[in-house]
Amino acid sequence: MSHDSAHDDAHGHGEHDHPPFLAHHFDDPEQQYDAGKFGMWMFLVTEVLFFSGMFCAYALYRSLHPEVWTFASQFLNENLGAFNTVVLLFSSLTMAWGVRCAQLNQRNGLVLCLTLTLACASIFLGVKAVEYTHKWDIGLLPAGSYVPQFIMANQHHEGISPWLIKLSIVPALCVVGFAGWYGWAVAQKRKQAAEIAGPLLITALAYFLGVGVGILFQNAEQAAHAKEKHGTEHVSHEATEEGSEHAEHAEQDSGSPGETGHGETSGELAEGETVGHGEVETVQLVSSPPLKPGATPLTKIDQPGGAGLFFSIYYCMTGVHALHILGGMVVLTWLLVRAVKGHFNEQYFGPVDYVGLYWHLVDLIWIYLFPLLYLIT
Amino acid sequence: MLASNFPALLADKNTTFFFPPRASTFAEETDAFFLYILWISLFFFALIVIAMVYFAIKFRARPGYQGDSRPLHNNALEITWTVIPTLIVIWIFARGVYGYIDMVTPPTDTIDINVTARKWDWSFQYPNGAIADTLHVPVDKNIRLLMRSEDVLHSFYVPAFRAKQDVVPGRVTTYWVRPILRGEYDLFCAEYCGDQHSEMIKRKGVVVHDQAGYEAWLAKAAQPPRNPVAHGYWLYSRLGCKSCHAVEPGKRVVGPSLAGTFGETLKTADGESVVFDENYVRESVLEPQRKAREGYQNASQMPSFQGKLKNEELDAIIAFLKALKDNPALIDAVKDGDLTEDEAKALGYWTEESDAGESDGGAAPAEDGAAAPDEPSDAASATESTPPDGSENGPTETATAN
Amino acid sequence: MSAVATSPSYSQPDSDNFLVNSRGFLSWALTLDHKRIGLMYLVGVMSAFGLAGILALVLRAELMTPTKMFLSNQQYNQVFTLHGAIMVFLFIIPSVPAALGNFLVPIMLGAKDVAFPRLNLCSFYLWVVGAIFFLTAMLATGLDTGWTFYTPYSTTTQGPVVAATLGVFVLGFSSIFTGLNFIVTINTMRPPGMSWFKMPLFLWATYATSIIQVLATPVLGITVLLLAAERVLHIGIFDPAYNGDPVTYQHFFWFYSHPAVYIMILPGMGIISELMSVHSHKSIFGYRFIAYSSIAIALFGFLVWGHHMFTAGMANVTTIIFSALTFSVSIPSAIKVFNWLATMYQGTVKLNTVMLYALSFIFLFTIGGLTGLWLGALSTDRMLHDTYFVVAHFHYVMVGGTLVGFLGGIFHWWPKMTGKMFNETWGKISCLIVFVGFNLTFLPQFVMGSRGMPRRYARYVEDFQELHQMSSVGAFVLGIGLFIALGVLLHSLFRGRKAPPNPWGGATLEWQCASPPPYYNFKTPPRVNEPYDYTPLHFRGDDKGWEYVHPTESDAPRVDEVESKPATN
Repeated sequence: MSHDSAHDDAHGHGEHDHPPFLAHHFDDPEQQYDAGKFGMWMFLVTEVLFFSGMFCAYALYRSLHPEVWTFASQFLNENLGAFNTVVLLFSSLTMAWGVRCAQLNQRNGLVLCLTLTLACASIFLGVKAVEYTHKWDIGLLPAGSYVPQFIMANQHHEGISPWLIKLSIVPALCVVGFAGWYGWAVAQKRKQAAEIAGPLLITALAYFLGVGVGILFQNAEQAAHAKEKHGTEHVSHEATEEGSEHAEHAEQDSGSPGETGHGETSGELAEGETVGHGEVETVQLVSSPPLKPGATPLTKIDQPGGAGLFFSIYYCMTGVHALHILGGMVVLTWLLVRAVKGHFNEQYFGPVDYVGLYWHLVDLIWIYLFPLLYLIT
Repeated sequence: MLASNFPALLADKNTTFFFPPRASTFAEETDAFFLYILWISLFFFALIVIAMVYFAIKFRARPGYQGDSRPLHNNALEITWTVIPTLIVIWIFARGVYGYIDMVTPPTDTIDINVTARKWDWSFQYPNGAIADTLHVPVDKNIRLLMRSEDVLHSFYVPAFRAKQDVVPGRVTTYWVRPILRGEYDLFCAEYCGDQHSEMIKRKGVVVHDQAGYEAWLAKAAQPPRNPVAHGYWLYSRLGCKSCHAVEPGKRVVGPSLAGTFGETLKTADGESVVFDENYVRESVLEPQRKAREGYQNASQMPSFQGKLKNEELDAIIAFLKALKDNPALIDAVKDGDLTEDEAKALGYWTEESDAGESDGGAAPAEDGAAAPDEPSDAASATESTPPDGSENGPTETATAN
Repeated sequence: MSAVATSPSYSQPDSDNFLVNSRGFLSWALTLDHKRIGLMYLVGVMSAFGLAGILALVLRAELMTPTKMFLSNQQYNQVFTLHGAIMVFLFIIPSVPAALGNFLVPIMLGAKDVAFPRLNLCSFYLWVVGAIFFLTAMLATGLDTGWTFYTPYSTTTQGPVVAATLGVFVLGFSSIFTGLNFIVTINTMRPPGMSWFKMPLFLWATYATSIIQVLATPVLGITVLLLAAERVLHIGIFDPAYNGDPVTYQHFFWFYSHPAVYIMILPGMGIISELMSVHSHKSIFGYRFIAYSSIAIALFGFLVWGHHMFTAGMANVTTIIFSALTFSVSIPSAIKVFNWLATMYQGTVKLNTVMLYALSFIFLFTIGGLTGLWLGALSTDRMLHDTYFVVAHFHYVMVGGTLVGFLGGIFHWWPKMTGKMFNETWGKISCLIVFVGFNLTFLPQFVMGSRGMPRRYARYVEDFQELHQMSSVGAFVLGIGLFIALGVLLHSLFRGRKAPPNPWGGATLEWQCASPPPYYNFKTPPRVNEPYDYTPLHFRGDDKGWEYVHPTESDAPRVDEVESKPATN
């Protein structure tokens, strides 16, 4: 019994029916699939517990400060939230369909479903980008930088938020890059490359679809406000006081030591904060509060102290969720490449199945986040 | 058994091998309970170790001995050694709860003292408005401490009292105790709080007086020295300044030394020049971060004293800092941690009280203490909500002890 | 024929052994072999231990006098922070599961590898990255928050808190992936015939540990992430200035870190179960009780985190409930100790190095466990909380328990891992010195604690000096003992006698393959037997060790009794 290499040994006992996709240490594909699936479930348990920390923080602080929650959640646009919920639900459908296609060995169907799922994820992020940047513009930032200028005139951005443009640079580069790659692949008649570049191009474009929809909804909302706008003097007066108070508060903050940490990791936000300062002082006189239809005008009583805490938790929860979406997109892309190369078949569809499970979980978490954050009356 | 190893440690009659002096009502119960658990543990420990050693010797591998390797099971045994420990720990739990309830349920007739913890000092605000960096309490009276932190977590710990309680920023935590033994005890901070955590050791930081001694002390403590310089030092040593700022020239504890800098031009962290004058002192006390000195911008943050000092108190501090400049005699006098009346007189920083009652001969009439200003008798709840402010709207009293 | 049936792998040529079957740096750096990964972990965690151990000696040296010797207060704080953080995150948590567990779990299962070999390698590199973050934190400006990162100190202090928390985050995922891998491996890759109750108890302990790793560690992940966000963005969740609350951080932190205590001790207990049985040559007493108690500890462990916060200002009712739950976790530990003792009864106890370590474990862990009673009881805890009593208590559990168990495990499996026997005499001497040094270090600390010496003090009251000096002397004795243990092991690599496949007479599957095992452990899946049945073992002399002769010889390889294959259930 001599073995030249370890690999011979690997298959020492695995008779000759070891298919190429079966790892050496498993006895049969079934064991491999079971192990993978069980491992994925374990990972999902981990993910649930990861989010549970934030859900606990949410529950704790909401029960301690219910007034903050009712007050602050009205600055979330529930139409956008609902739209995103629908998008994610649809992506779950396409994902499940994709798993089915893989099981039935329908390569093209699988590629199509993965493309649609990726595109939905992209739309979701586009909408999220609009939501985030809008909040940054009006100072709805985490507690430490919370400078609420929602009472300011500059609420009505006619143009596009500079933050949004900055955020969109990477997707724009992706569009250019993938378009170039796609064009090259088509020109060179590289079918596989084109099949990968095409869906990726669609994905990158879908981000801008999401941004477009987001802006549309946002503007519709503002138009609704504009109709309701009363602009009563006392409201703006009260609100102005609020604003200046917070500005003071923020100034004190900027002296705090952690600020140095701002430097690299969140340079953008820090900058935003200082920009915010200037605006507080210059535009507060022309302020008028944008209120949801039916909402009462803001007074000091209406705006509870420490409302920034809500936005802290909002950014943490949705931000970590968005990171999970991004992670999911990376894995989906990897699946797409493998699907195009025809790796999956009736015997071997585990990875599609596992990623599907993950995607459903990410979807499910959003389904909890949406009512908990957006739909507080 | 271990006791014989350290005879020197048994020298103090008040202490026993395991325990510091029993200075509060908690001590007896806690110590007794501690020893009960000790005996139970020693019993089980002996049982386990004796069995282990016995088995290891009796069943050791040796020529001519062949053990039995077959499995053994004995459910009766398993149940026995599950149930007996269970019953014992239930008893320990119950007894622990019994003692705990006592420790966390203050009686209604307490003397309330406000405690502020900060890096790295304590300050105690007494019912008559006196402020001190040590805790003085009368023996055989119920004391309640209402504790706040200005910066990070601290923990109030007096081993002789047997109890401790964390001091948490953003909350008021309470601690009550009934001292039963006169004496001076150490006060520790038991929750890690940064650089000078271990400098929050206050040797003899808790003084348990008899009633008369307590009232005398209280009356005196409420009266700062008349002389501005002595008053400035008095504030410096009580408000926590001394835990970060040395009086010896050039010595850096956390913040810069206060000696010898008055009137000089300094560089701030922003690179600007600033003269260390009355204004700068005032500004630095009220807004410490505004013009931090060069090289100190990374030092631990000094808290603001905005709203905690009266104008004359600020003036006293300025006077003290002025006096420190080129004044080795004063520096000598204060660097040992206090400025006695004699020292102050010798240096000329003493102004006699115009009215009586200044002698510390222990006769101190109770009027001073009793005549303490504001004393709504149900101030217990009011104190809860009082912010940890300084002298002006400071502590109130629930002096129902008598 | 019978030779093939009894010892299927004994005839492996040397070139097959996993240490030398492929050569070169990359063959190690990119290996997917669980044994090599285990060994790399072993080297890694031992280096971390060495570093943190030296830091401990520095601390003890500084504490010889109540005043400053050579460390400023701030340096002292940085050193104790790094000692704690490195010991906890880089050493104890990965020690047994990642180093020994990686090596042993698949072999004990008769498998070729863990379920996800790539993930396994990924775990190792995450550990390396986390370690680099920590070392950076140390070499840069010095972390001084304590390993617990309590807010608000950790959000206001200068220092590389963000780097350190990211390190913890990464290390957390390393730990999660290891645990996940073991759970899946044990669930789906048990060989035919190995039912749950035929698993070695080390696997039960590893399984229980892995459950905690998978369920608790993500909470640590999100906690340190929130802490980093608090520092960088001031999200205010833990900051009273913005409606937050610092005590919430403690709840979050201990929700992980208390179960983490069981991540540290459970594998140690698993090792001791193996050691006591093998070296007493006696079937383990109360197998099911030990197995169930591991799971019980893992589950109860999730409910007791509040006992770290008895003085933190929780509501009284909460405090009392946590105290009750805390006591519940002491019972399964007691059950284990009694069962280990009963295992020796009527056995054939070999008082060799390994057994001495196991007996030391029982002695020291019993002290660690019993002193927990003072800390679980509310009234005495208010006196002892955050004093040296606590320091001594958890060192008795973590060092006297986990470290001594880990050393015992290393000596026990060293012949299997390296194929070399170590010097018994010096091994016993090392154990003796470790035992004496350890007790000399930490027994005085109980007394210091009950007299009121708070922990984490760079300077202290002179009354405690004698006790501190005893402790410091003990620490150096302990250090010498550990150094000798290391010397014994290293010496064996060069001068050690070649190890037989089964030097101790163990009945679990890892003793049925060669020492060191070949690359794929078993050429054919080994026959599953009772893990603690020693009757089929026969001693063939020091050179050949013990041989397992299956009671029923049969050429049909693996038609065992009844169990269907668990993987395909």
